[in-house]
Amino acid sequence: MRNAFASEITSLAKKNDRIVILSGDIGNRLFDKFKEYFPDRFFNCGVAEANMTSMAAGMAMCGLLPVTYTITPFNTIRCLEQIKVDVCYHNLPVIIIGVGSGLSYAGLGGTHHSCEDIALLRVLPNIKIICPGDAVEVRLALRSAVKNNSPVYLRLGKKNEPVIHKEEPFFEIGKGITVIKGTQVCFLSTGNVLPIAVKTASLLKEQGISTQVISFHTIKPLDIELLTQIFKTFKVIATLEEHSCIGGIGGAIAEWFSDQPCRKNKLYRFGTSDNFIHRSGNQENARKMVGLTPENIFKKIIMEFN
Amino acid sequence: MNSISELEVIAKKIRGKIVEMSYKSRAAHLGSSLSCVDILVAAYWAALSIDPKNPYDPNRDRFILSKGHAASAIYTTLAFKGFFAEDILDSYASIGSCLEEHPGPKCVPGIEAATGSLGHGLSIGIGMGLSCRIQKQSYKVYVLLSDGECNEGSVWEAAMFASAHSLENIVSIVDFNKWQATGRSCEIMALQPLKKKWEAFGWSVYETDGHDIGSLANILTNIPDGSDKPVAVIAHTVKGKGISFMEDDNNWHYRIPTQEEVIMSKKELGLL
Repeated sequence: MRNAFASEITSLAKKNDRIVILSGDIGNRLFDKFKEYFPDRFFNCGVAEANMTSMAAGMAMCGLLPVTYTITPFNTIRCLEQIKVDVCYHNLPVIIIGVGSGLSYAGLGGTHHSCEDIALLRVLPNIKIICPGDAVEVRLALRSAVKNNSPVYLRLGKKNEPVIHKEEPFFEIGKGITVIKGTQVCFLSTGNVLPIAVKTASLLKEQGISTQVISFHTIKPLDIELLTQIFKTFKVIATLEEHSCIGGIGGAIAEWFSDQPCRKNKLYRFGTSDNFIHRSGNQENARKMVGLTPENIFKKIIMEFN
Repeated sequence: MNSISELEVIAKKIRGKIVEMSYKSRAAHLGSSLSCVDILVAAYWAALSIDPKNPYDPNRDRFILSKGHAASAIYTTLAFKGFFAEDILDSYASIGSCLEEHPGPKCVPGIEAATGSLGHGLSIGIGMGLSCRIQKQSYKVYVLLSDGECNEGSVWEAAMFASAHSLENIVSIVDFNKWQATGRSCEIMALQPLKKKWEAFGWSVYETDGHDIGSLANILTNIPDGSDKPVAVIAHTVKGKGISFMEDDNNWHYRIPTQEEVIMSKKELGLL
């Protein structure tokens, strides 16, 4: 995803001279092309995310389109108040990129895990939160984000994630993408767990259970129209995210669901638990530790049909 | 341009107005507002290239009140300068007013950024200063900080960035009134030596009496100063300046004047 981001932002910057990248001393070599083409529009802001975020706000006030880039926990909750006051309160077009979201950098330890960023940013007025499901969605989300005249948080994984979309789907901020059509179960997946949703759907299919998979890339604003339709059509619905079950897409949809007059659906929320991880391991291992695997999700869902 | 004595009269009128506004609205931070009035007058009447009738000119100089709790001082300054009608000041901090106790985004023309949470303004200003360079313009950005605000780590993040990029169009003015909300600013944190700190962070530093409008005007009009560095001004001020019974008394960080005290204040300022 991060390579798709670097390549796409470079292309977009060729057509849009308002784009400026502010990096928090990360992305070694990743932005070489960008720096080569636009040496005056790339700034390594050092390990100083509070300053970087407020600077981005100041630049947006002057008509530029700043993109802040660093590892997710440092570009979100480290500078949360700067995002709230300087970016969101002023409703400015700043694009905040979190790279290595969720458990992407699991091996680096708890300081580098980011399973609470969606929850903390979701309460801020004016911001849009997009979690692309694969590299194709990263490019599409970025194209939409630069046209958006208000704050956007783009939550990326790392690199070399499976590409789900064989061709470019229709993309609009706030509109979920149906990846697989089905009739019995619906997965609402956000971000880098899209391959898990697809794999689980195939496990269920082997058992004769037809599963719809939606890349529910935008968490804010919620795609109410799609949710209304899904909750009318499916009895069993599950949210998937590499984020805490508290406050992420699961939380957002549960909040919406509790406001609905007729609540007969079974809503499962799959995500990380309310615990820190204290043991070493890569993303795959960390996902196993928290039960975010196709096998585990399959086991829970299949019980609805036994 | 006005003479210094004319500017001193304007400063007195601003002080009278903000004492009255605190009394009417029962809003705090009077001492903090009074300490920075002369800085505001020097900036707005002598240094800034701005046109109140064209407040969004892309090439205007910017002024950010990073110490947003001195809102009554900047509102009064802007109104007296002609950015908006003076009678709007009478609504300050009353229900439904656009003039909150800390300035909101674009609350009135002339307010460049919403402030109130300390340690944000300098970074915003540096973002503007950098934009000026990218967009090949020539404006300057003035940011007014409080001494207590220098507790915030983000101020020093900003300071390091600005000097690394030789942003000579940035001016950081510290209203050094020696107090913060609940104690002496040099005791709560090791603020001193403040001048050496800014110098060590790569800034061109001036130290001055923050109530000497002539001296402030000289410094603030000489930007860039030829050093190829951003400029910091340590303005030594007195909290509550201009009203004898408020001067250097930190109770006036939160105290609201009585009607009698408003009258006494105005008499001292020569406004009655």
